[in-house]
Order: sequence, then C-alpha cells, then structure tokens
Amino acid sequence: MKTKLTLSQKAGLLSLGLLAVILLVWQLATLPDTHAAAANVDPEYAALMGGGAAKAASSFPTPGAMAQTVWDRLSHPFYDNGPNDKGIGIQLAYSLARVLGGFALAAIVAIPLGFAIGNSRVVYQAINPYVQLLKPISPLAWMPLALYTIKDASASAIFVIFICSLWPMLINTAHGVANVRKDWLDVSRTLEVNPLRKAFRVILPAAAPTILTGMRISMGIAWLVIVAAEMLVGGTGIGYFVWNEWNNLSLTNVLFAIFMIGVVGMALDSIFGVLAKRVAYQE
Amino acid sequence: MTNPSTHPFLQVENLARAYPSPTGHDAVTVFDHVNFRIHKGEFVCVTGHSGCGKSTILNILAGLDSASAGNVFMDGREVSGPSLDRGVIFQSHALMPWLSVLENVSFAVKSRWPSWHKSKIRDHAMRYIELVGLKGAEHKKPSQLSGGMKQRVGIARAFSIEPKMLLMDEPFGALDALTRGVIQDELLKICAETQQTVFMITHDVDEAILLSDKIMLMSNGPHARIAEIVNNTLPRPRERSAIHKQPHYYPIRNHLVDFLVSRSKQFGALRDAPDAPSSPTVFDPEDLIEAEIDPVVHLPPVGKPHIHLVNA
Ligand SMILES: Nc1ncnc2c1ncn2[C@@H]1O[C@H](COP(=O)(O)OP(=O)(O)OP(=O)(O)O)[C@@H](O)[C@H]1O
Ligand SMILES: [Mg+2]
Repeated sequence: MKTKLTLSQKAGLLSLGLLAVILLVWQLATLPDTHAAAANVDPEYAALMGGGAAKAASSFPTPGAMAQTVWDRLSHPFYDNGPNDKGIGIQLAYSLARVLGGFALAAIVAIPLGFAIGNSRVVYQAINPYVQLLKPISPLAWMPLALYTIKDASASAIFVIFICSLWPMLINTAHGVANVRKDWLDVSRTLEVNPLRKAFRVILPAAAPTILTGMRISMGIAWLVIVAAEMLVGGTGIGYFVWNEWNNLSLTNVLFAIFMIGVVGMALDSIFGVLAKRVAYQE
Repeated sequence: MTNPSTHPFLQVENLARAYPSPTGHDAVTVFDHVNFRIHKGEFVCVTGHSGCGKSTILNILAGLDSASAGNVFMDGREVSGPSLDRGVIFQSHALMPWLSVLENVSFAVKSRWPSWHKSKIRDHAMRYIELVGLKGAEHKKPSQLSGGMKQRVGIARAFSIEPKMLLMDEPFGALDALTRGVIQDELLKICAETQQTVFMITHDVDEAILLSDKIMLMSNGPHARIAEIVNNTLPRPRERSAIHKQPHYYPIRNHLVDFLVSRSKQFGALRDAPDAPSSPTVFDPEDLIEAEIDPVVHLPPVGKPHIHLVNA
C-alpha cells in the first residue's frame, strides 16, 4: 500500500530520524570502553590531558542518564532547598522576570523615542551619533558601571537587559515610523486627523510589523545576555544555575540547563512570531 | 447648477510651481500663470502630457503641496492646507491595508464627524459602501479585493465625508477597460445624484468626454499652462454606449486628440517669454464643428481666444 506523505509529515519523519542519529552518536560516544580504547591508542594525549580526558569521558552523561535527570528535574520544577539548590522552574522564573523587566523598560523608552526620531529629521540627526556610538557596546561592559551606581546585583542585571534590548527596538521603531507610506499620511492629512489619532490609528499600525521585528530581535538578544549577566552577578537565575552546576562538575545539570535555555528561548520567540502575525498586513 | 454669472466656487489665480533644479541654481518652473475657475456642481477634467504638472496642481488644490506663486480660493476663502471640504481620491487608492473596507470608510466618517455614535458612523459608511456596489465585501481587507474594488472603496471613502469638492488623480488609470467602464458609469450616477463638484485628472480622452462638463488641456512643461478649455455640452444623462452618436462627440474628441498629439508642444513661445500672462482659449462644440469644415492649422496668439482647427 502506498500513501502520500505531506510535506510536514516528511519533515517530521526526517526530524525524528535526525534525533535518532544524534542519540545514537551520543550513546556511542559515551560508551565507557570506547573511550578507554581511545586512551589506549593515544597515551600521550591522555598524559597531556593529565588524565582529564578519561575522567571527562567517564563523567559525560549518557543519553539514558540525561533522560533520568530531565525527568527528575521537570517533575519537581519548583522546590527550594536554599540558595544553592532550587528547582529549574524557580531559576527560569528569576531569569524571565529580569528579562521581562528590562525588556519592558526598554520598550517604554525605545518606542516613544523611536517615534520621535522617525517623525523628525532634526531629532534623527541629533540622536543618531549617540545611537551609533552606544549600539556596538557589549551590554556586559555596562555591568561594572551598573553595579557601582545601582549597587544591587539583580537590578544591575535588569539594567544590562534594558541596554541590550533598547537598540533594536529603537532603530526599528524609528525606521518603521519614518517609512510609513506617504499615501496614508496624505489620507490622514486630507481627513484632518489630529496628531494623536494619526499616531495611534495610522502610524502605529503601519509601523507595527517593523516595530515588532525589533522587539523580537531585542527579546532574542536579551535572552542570550541574561545567561551571561547572571553568571556574573550570581545568586539566582538560569545563568547562575549553569555556573553553579559547572562548579559542582555536574555536566548533566549543565546540559539540562542548556536544553531548557533553548526551550524557553524558542517559546519566547514563537510568542513574538504569533504577535507579528497579528499585526502583519498585506499590501 | 452651473451658473457662470455667480461667483465661481473654485478660483485659481496665476498659480505657479517651481522646483529647485538638481544641477544649477535656477529653479525649474513646472507651470506658471495657471488660471481657471470651477463652478459649483461642475465636473472638470484635466489632461496633458506626463510631467506637465497635473498632479502638482491637484496636490495644491488639496492643500497637500504649496504653490510657489498664485492663489487658490474655494468658496471665497484661500486654500492653505488640507481640509475635509476637499475629498481626494488617490491614484494608488491609498487604502490602509490593516483596516477592512468598512473600517477604512468609517475612519474617514469618524474624522469628519468625531462626535457621532459608533452605530451612526457604521450606518453612514455602509450607505456609501452600498452606493459603490461593495455590499457583502465590507469586512474584507484591501488585499482581498481586486483593483477595481479597491478603487471603489477609495471613491466610497471620499464621498462618505460629503466634501464640497472632489479631487481625483487618474483614479482609473490602473484599471482594465471593462472595469473602468463600470466604475465610470457608477461615478456618473453618483455625481448626478449628489451634484458633486469634481476636479479630475485623466489621460483618457473618452473618459474626459463621458464624465466632464469642461475639459482643460495643459501644454507641455516647463512653464506649462492651461492652454485650452473645451466646454463639453453633450447632453446628460450620458450613456457610454450611445455617446459617440452625438453630433458633437467626434469634433470634441478630434480636438482633444489633436491637442495632445501636436498642439501641446507648440506653446514653446511661452517658454521664451515666461512672464507673459495667459488665459486659456475657450471652445464650445459648435466652434469645433465649424473648424472641421475649414482645415487650416495655425498657432494661437498668446492670450487671445482663438479657434483651433482639426485635421480629421
Ligand atoms: N519633488 C520634486 N522635485 C523636483 N521636481 C519635481 C518634484 N515633483 C515633481 N517634479 C517635477 O514636476 C513635474 C510635474 O510633475 P507632476 O507629477 O505634477 O506631473 P503630472 O502632470 O502629474 O504627470 P503624470 O501624468 O505622469 O502623472 C515633473 O516634470 C516632475 O519632474
Ligand atoms: Mg500625475
């Protein structure tokens, strides 16, 4: 019997196949005797690594051990046994709260400012040098300054998120507002639409797809940066969790955290994907 | 409705528009000494070669652009910016793609009457959507409509604010001939019902004859002028299928085509004497019939009414 598969069915099968291959390679790579053999083949290498290679090989989790960890951790995501032992859900919640806080602050600043920049050549030219200068600075470079002035680790992390979320939103908002089709502005001029109504009913919907793209980029960067920021400031959050588990030499937990960072990042991005679809329009 | 003895509804005096030249310091004068009047309820078409400044004139009338010199008065008051008194139908229809048909029209209605209740705005918008034959499509987005339907929404939007005057820049230029015919018929009907005063740019000579009371012909730029005005007295109501049987139809048509083909270029003299004032030569269809009998072609002296002759 022959059945025709749809494109997404084919893609799904291929994805599953790929997963099987990855798991197989992983399984083979973490078989203890293979690595012992490898160490035998090249003793000089083992000597160079100071026995580390063999040690790492034996402690690198197998897919089975990994699955066990994922299952254990996901079945109790919100336990709290003191500062060094919290559930993954709590750690992620800390990180998300910081990201959303910094992101929201950045949106509150960037979107009105972007409107002003996009609406006026003068404001654009006045602010452009600052944007060009500040944009390429790694957000983490602000950390010492933030810690010095704010004197609070968590708020400093939020500030770093604020800084890194600001630029894409600011630039995209300004670009979107400046490129609203002249026809639509002419229509609102001939209809004598007042400036506030024009801003919310014409310019905002016209620029919304571009603004949302900026927000999506900002959110992506913010989620990248929060991990590094939390490694620096410590205490709570998924970044701190990764660093802490590395210090515990628990690669299983590190891998688990990496996986969860990916899952949350993907979820955040797809939320913005849905929002983008809602404000999209076809000309 | 058309009563030349009373004050004109729209009066354009010595209008000129110059743009800074891309190379030299001298400005390029697109048109100057443009004079014309439009009476209440009159349908006026403007035609002329590409780039002579028709759209610029329309934008100045709309208040979207400003003249380098000259004045525009409407209803006795000088036009100095866009106004709800003048509805504009854009060539590119200029619908907002994120709004449905109904929302696009309602947006205009709400701008005109901000204090109206939601349901009243909706009813008013629906009346004009029905008028252009789009009932049933009111919840569609512009991207789901054909070119002709989009242009109809543009017409509904412009009429819905009940402006004192309507300005149209090649509203049907992008439509196929069949659709164009249908919408022209609708426009004729709506204008007859509403006694709308209209200023319309078109490249289509037949469209001008079908719709207008007066056809203004622009010479080529730079220093373009309204060179001739043809009074189109073909009786109304007009039928597109029967209009060519009118005795005045072909004389008018030939006159227009002849202007576009040859005479529009012959106003170079005006370029050499750019400050010479001019008023357009006015033609009535009777003049044109006589002209056809006597086939002598010559250039009109500047500023004096003259009969042009047509090689048919
Ligand atoms: N922003 C501008 N800067 C310089 N020149 C301009 C500008 N806008 C228009 N022009 C010039 O003004 C002239 C008239 O333009 P306009 O758009 O009014 O022509 P038009 O008669 O409407 O032509 P068409 O029939 O092709 O629409 C053109 O020659 C054009 O080059
Ligand atoms: Mg034009």
